[in-house]
Amino acid sequence: MTGFATAGFLAMAGRSASAMTQAEARTLIGSVMNAVHEIINSARSEAQMMRDFEALFTRYGDIPVIARSVLGPPARSASAAQLNAFTEAFRGYMARKYGGQFRRFIGARADVTGARQVQSYWEVISTMTMRGEAPFEVRWHVSDRSGQHKFFNLIIEGVNLLAAERQEIGAMLERRGGSIDRLIQDLRSTR
Amino acid sequence: MPARTNRFLMLAAGLALVLVAACSPRPPGVEIHDPYEVTNRAWFENNLALDNAVLGDTTETSDSGLRRVVRNFGTNLSIPGSVVNNLLQFRPDRAIENTLRFAINSTVGIGGLFDPAGRMGLHGRRSDFGETLYVWGVHEGAFVMLPFFGPSTERDAAGMVVDAALDPFRFLLPGREHAATVAARLAAQLAERAEYGDLIDANVMQSADPYAQSRLLFLQARRYYLGEESEEYFIDPYAEFVD
Repeated sequence: MTGFATAGFLAMAGRSASAMTQAEARTLIGSVMNAVHEIINSARSEAQMMRDFEALFTRYGDIPVIARSVLGPPARSASAAQLNAFTEAFRGYMARKYGGQFRRFIGARADVTGARQVQSYWEVISTMTMRGEAPFEVRWHVSDRSGQHKFFNLIIEGVNLLAAERQEIGAMLERRGGSIDRLIQDLRSTR
Repeated sequence: MPARTNRFLMLAAGLALVLVAACSPRPPGVEIHDPYEVTNRAWFENNLALDNAVLGDTTETSDSGLRRVVRNFGTNLSIPGSVVNNLLQFRPDRAIENTLRFAINSTVGIGGLFDPAGRMGLHGRRSDFGETLYVWGVHEGAFVMLPFFGPSTERDAAGMVVDAALDPFRFLLPGREHAATVAARLAAQLAERAEYGDLIDANVMQSADPYAQSRLLFLQARRYYLGEESEEYFIDPYAEFVD
């Protein structure tokens, strides 16, 4: 049983990963980093930057899949309307939270330094270099399983965004007695 | 070697052995092994209160220049300990890089107040006996929240005891001066905490469960640093949705 599932998964994984080339995966992340660089060095207002980040995540990130994965098992029992509302709220939350993080990288140099196949997707490795400090790695997980080339996870020096947000959203949901509607409400105003 | 030092070494080695032997192994497939969660959460709260009392409101960035000097000075003093561990890990390349960094920053950097080696791209790599234990094949053990020091693992906590005993300055300097180097290194840790305090605040303190969030971030970052990260915990959301 497990053997069948594994074999099926591997066959699917092989097909899907080969559909997207390493060069395509690297190009995607190169574009993302150029876009991030442009936003953080644009000297726009903070509110405008957050809107820019939201547009960036929408364009290059697979937000519906990220949102669903972060919500975890409760996503299965949620209605389509709830799932949509959650996805929208999560999009804004992610832009505010991680957009703010990216602003630390003002003046940093970012290079795509490698890519490797992991499970059924590509992991693209980028190196951030800030003056006078040791360079560090941001790794992007990239897939075309949505029909488009999109990233669905990033790992900053080992810290996995999907895992961290799954923990966080899980805790938020628990605090609200498992009510997805209240979670959506509060997520809209969470930094 | 004075008898006092000998006794201390024996005691530390014994304690570390007991700690390593008492390590509670993480069951396979479990990312977070936290059997002491109740105690850990209590220490987490205590540490927060202590941080607030000592560092005050971290949102106000007071004199970061001074903080950087304090950090540089203490960090430089921790390099010889890293070198000892590099050697115990059979990593001569890292030992050489750290030694070079120590030599440059101690001289050109005026006793380690400044970091010219970093400007030359020689960043070195901090190490400790927790990493040595990892290299030697000791398992991580349970997650622990240490008083003052914060998040750790049983393996790293055992390592800290050994690091205190192996500290090269213990053998090179008289007691009082050795104590001063320890104080300088602790001050550097505080300065670093103050410097990155706003980040930790932003990421962790505003989260729904700051303890759980900081535990996860610590374990992931530490495993990554050691090269112990497991792809098992990567997430493939596309595979999840094949219902």
